[in-house]
Amino acid sequence: MKVLLRNPRRELDVDGPVRVDTLLRRLEINRESVLVIRSGELVPGDAELGDDDVIEIRPVISGGA
Amino acid sequence: MKCRTCRGPAIIDLKAHNANFCAEHFLAFCREQVARAIKKHRMLGPDERVLVAVSGGKDSLAVWDILLELGYQADGFVIGLGIGEYSETSTGYARAFASERGLTLHETSLRDDHGFDVPTAAEVTRRVPCSACGLSKRHLFDKAAIDGGYDAVATGHNLDDEAAVLFGNTLRWNTEYLGRQRPVLPARDGFPRKIKPLVRLGEREMAAYCVIRGIDYIVEECPMAAGNKHLRYKEALNAIEAESPGSKHAFYHEFLSKAADRFADDAAGAIADGTSELGTCTRCGSPSSNEVCAFCLLVERTADAVPVTLGERRGARR
Ligand code: SF4
Ligand SMILES: [Zn+2]
Ligand SMILES: [Zn+2]
Repeated sequence: MKVLLRNPRRELDVDGPVRVDTLLRRLEINRESVLVIRSGELVPGDAELGDDDVIEIRPVISGGA
Repeated sequence: MKCRTCRGPAIIDLKAHNANFCAEHFLAFCREQVARAIKKHRMLGPDERVLVAVSGGKDSLAVWDILLELGYQADGFVIGLGIGEYSETSTGYARAFASERGLTLHETSLRDDHGFDVPTAAEVTRRVPCSACGLSKRHLFDKAAIDGGYDAVATGHNLDDEAAVLFGNTLRWNTEYLGRQRPVLPARDGFPRKIKPLVRLGEREMAAYCVIRGIDYIVEECPMAAGNKHLRYKEALNAIEAESPGSKHAFYHEFLSKAADRFADDAAGAIADGTSELGTCTRCGSPSSNEVCAFCLLVERTADAVPVTLGERRGARR
């Protein structure tokens, strides 16, 4: 599957199927600081991502005063 | 994973609330949390007009949307900060949000209306960009609210923002700021009331709210923010939150209920010192303890500066 990451923007290829929370753990991403989005919809931690999915891991933390 | 309300399939899990929700009931949850914050902290009366400080990011667009959903009269105000493409893109999201919904969005541009931008101000003042940026935002939002006859200014500060600020103030025991860190600052001496309706909702919730509502917002980080303290505090708190869900909520809200009052004197003392002879700025008419307010001084100091192009900034400190 294709995984789009941001800040900086980059793309990864990951073999599916894999659970969302497993993928995040593998990428060492804290689930508190991202959302996982598939075709415009949120996917929860226990969802299984398929080999053909295109997903975005969107950071939710912003800086500044 | 099932929705707490309807037992249908859930799309988001909120560990801090020990709950999962479907899209519809997650939106309802967000509105409820905002309604609770408004009521508990007496932020707004039912017929009051509120000006939302909009940036084009998730929090400010979400707070605007939720206030409207809750039936408040809410207009927006956006400032062109002049931070290159980042500012143009984010202002574009604010405009699109307003025009798609037929809302009133007031606009001002630092460069066009005040002769400077954030990168140039940072260079001239030799301070972090967020300092001139924050000063400009506070000044212009306050002034727009007073001039427009609004009852309050609402900002998109969420639980993560407030917990991070509290963390920073606590690390240094900055008692003056601790005494002032409230979800509502009442109107005083020509300043409007300021409210933070999102203090019960975290950053992840606000991003999820926007995705579900189909609100497009700027996902990219402000190029001036990278690596700043605020971000590091948020990361530290999220590391704790991951091990112990609900920590951020407890840290901030228990502070409000159990500790904030203890620092009230420190804050009151500082306000009294700073504003003992509060008059008005001779240039813009805003409340100020000096003849010329800090914003007008910044306008003056940057008037002759060569505009800084992003990426060429030298020697600025963070
Ligand atoms: S991160 Fe700093 S410079 Fe960027 S918009 Fe926020 S306050 Fe302004
Ligand atoms: Zn439901
Ligand atoms: Zn002034």
